[in-house]
Amino acid sequence: MTTLLVPTPDLARPRPDGIVRKVFDVVALTGRNLVHIAREPAQLSDVTVQPVLFTLLFVYVFGAGISLQGGHTYANFAIAGLLALNLTTSSMGTAVGLSTDLNTGVIDRFRTLPMWRPAVLVGRSLADLLTAVVCAAIVAVTGLAVGWLPGGSFGTTIAGFALFLFFSYALSWGCACLGMVSKGPESAQGVGLVILFPLAIVSNALVPTQRMPTVLRTFADWNPVSSVASAARNLWQNPNPSSTIHAWPMQHPLAASLLWSVGLLAVFAPLATHLYRRRTSN
Amino acid sequence: MTDEATIRTEGLTKHFGPTLALDGVDLDVPAGSILAVLGPNGAGKTTAVRILTTLTMPDAGRAWVAGHDVVREPAAVQRNIGVTAQDATVDGLLTGRQNLVMIGQLSGLRRSDAKRRATELLGQFDLTDAADRVLTNYSGGMRRRLDLAAGLVTRPPVLFLDEPTTGLDPTSRVRMWDVIRDLVTGGVTLLLTTQYLDEADELADRIVVIDHGRVIADGTSGELKAGTGGARLEVTLSEPAAAAADAMAPFVSGAVHVSHDGRRLRAPVRSGSGLATTVVRALDAAGIAVDDVEVHQPSLDDVFFALTGHPSEPDEGDPAVEPDHAPTVGVGA
Repeated sequence: MTTLLVPTPDLARPRPDGIVRKVFDVVALTGRNLVHIAREPAQLSDVTVQPVLFTLLFVYVFGAGISLQGGHTYANFAIAGLLALNLTTSSMGTAVGLSTDLNTGVIDRFRTLPMWRPAVLVGRSLADLLTAVVCAAIVAVTGLAVGWLPGGSFGTTIAGFALFLFFSYALSWGCACLGMVSKGPESAQGVGLVILFPLAIVSNALVPTQRMPTVLRTFADWNPVSSVASAARNLWQNPNPSSTIHAWPMQHPLAASLLWSVGLLAVFAPLATHLYRRRTSN
Repeated sequence: MTDEATIRTEGLTKHFGPTLALDGVDLDVPAGSILAVLGPNGAGKTTAVRILTTLTMPDAGRAWVAGHDVVREPAAVQRNIGVTAQDATVDGLLTGRQNLVMIGQLSGLRRSDAKRRATELLGQFDLTDAADRVLTNYSGGMRRRLDLAAGLVTRPPVLFLDEPTTGLDPTSRVRMWDVIRDLVTGGVTLLLTTQYLDEADELADRIVVIDHGRVIADGTSGELKAGTGGARLEVTLSEPAAAAADAMAPFVSGAVHVSHDGRRLRAPVRSGSGLATTVVRALDAAGIAVDDVEVHQPSLDDVFFALTGHPSEPDEGDPAVEPDHAPTVGVGA
């Protein structure tokens, strides 16, 4: 035990400060958060079991009751919407994870280390992005199994997924803000559900919006979730009943979804950084 | 050890809302020495450690660790310190090894170095068998040892231990003391906080007593104990005996207090080896039978009582949080 603090020369070569050091801090924390998600049954099920369950339930239960014009199958319409639904609700994991960290001593430990402080947030958002990739892949595979067929090229198929993941990444920064202002993980989860569930449902994700009451319909047509789902349906040549709606985002879903994602990121990333600094000083 | 491995504060002051957690605290820990900051719950110990470890900003006063100002050069301070906080700051969902590797990486070590250092520390802290278990399967003592190991990953010259044994069972506590004593022989500069006088006595070169955010005493444990009047001898007789007080008188250092029933006698003593035996023999020679004899070492309560005139814990059983005991300043609070 007497050798605990005797310096050994080979240990005295830490990485110099700079961009490389920051990248490695982010990598270390991203890895840590992925281990957390894998060991947290509730969070793991949100991105593995839930996507399969939602896809099967909606395609077989709703699909049986909804007939689309032009003889399209519900599965071909719904997979883009189910991606939106799953990725929107699973972005709550960011709020819950961050809130959990803030309520334990582990953030204090990080703050006494000579590391890049924003790595805590960036590592969290990247871990959640990788989780979203897994979630999206599970929805896609389940979708293919129940008859979903993306048209177009390989490139447009990937582009559709990229739109979803970009939106999910932007939204997770909003959820990070929520995690920072909530008292604990339970309240983050509760408030998150109240915001994200209506956001996902009051949209064209699962049903065409044409027969919604005016107020809901206006909300749905301007909802970023609708823009992303519409844009993906166009890219995948899947049925997109919203294409006949005159609202600007429904006429230009690709531009609208990119603008929404960039906008959310531009507002929430700096806000999250600010809230993190405030929450962790004193 | 260089002169840079020092801890120093000047007039450190911190408010939490209307409560004053630290009220002008001066500390000076020379390189390679161990200071114990002794005080009850809510005295301001944790606040002082949080400021010194860059977690909290002081309202007034200055502090330097390893020659760097904690407010102006936090990164330089962070490169020179190891911290074991009161709340476990290890990650409960990682294994012991994953925790230490992550901390090494976040301290700037390359992954291979961090892994090697983790293996080394797990061995030294007797955690090799539990290294790849998730922390939910660790006992309190194991967690605390891992937390201490986490503070040593980069072999920092300055260490802060905030109540390292609070909540541990006696066996784990003694084991933790051994670990800390080994650190000391390695030449580290150490500031530890504690609520227990015996712990401070056991480990520290010097003791600072704080209460209500103020330093109320500063010295070696011998000096502090001397201030309390030292140890206390308590004798219980089989039957009351008028001659007992006179028989004890030569061995004690003050008046002998006799209880109402005449069976219990109490007196201050300068504790020395064989004191209890000597007293029992003297009473036996005087034909007095003894049921029980005890020498009480002064406790934190005795030190506190001697220094402040009030016990260390105003409300026993009230789990006070840090700022709650501090005096209120300002108006209308």
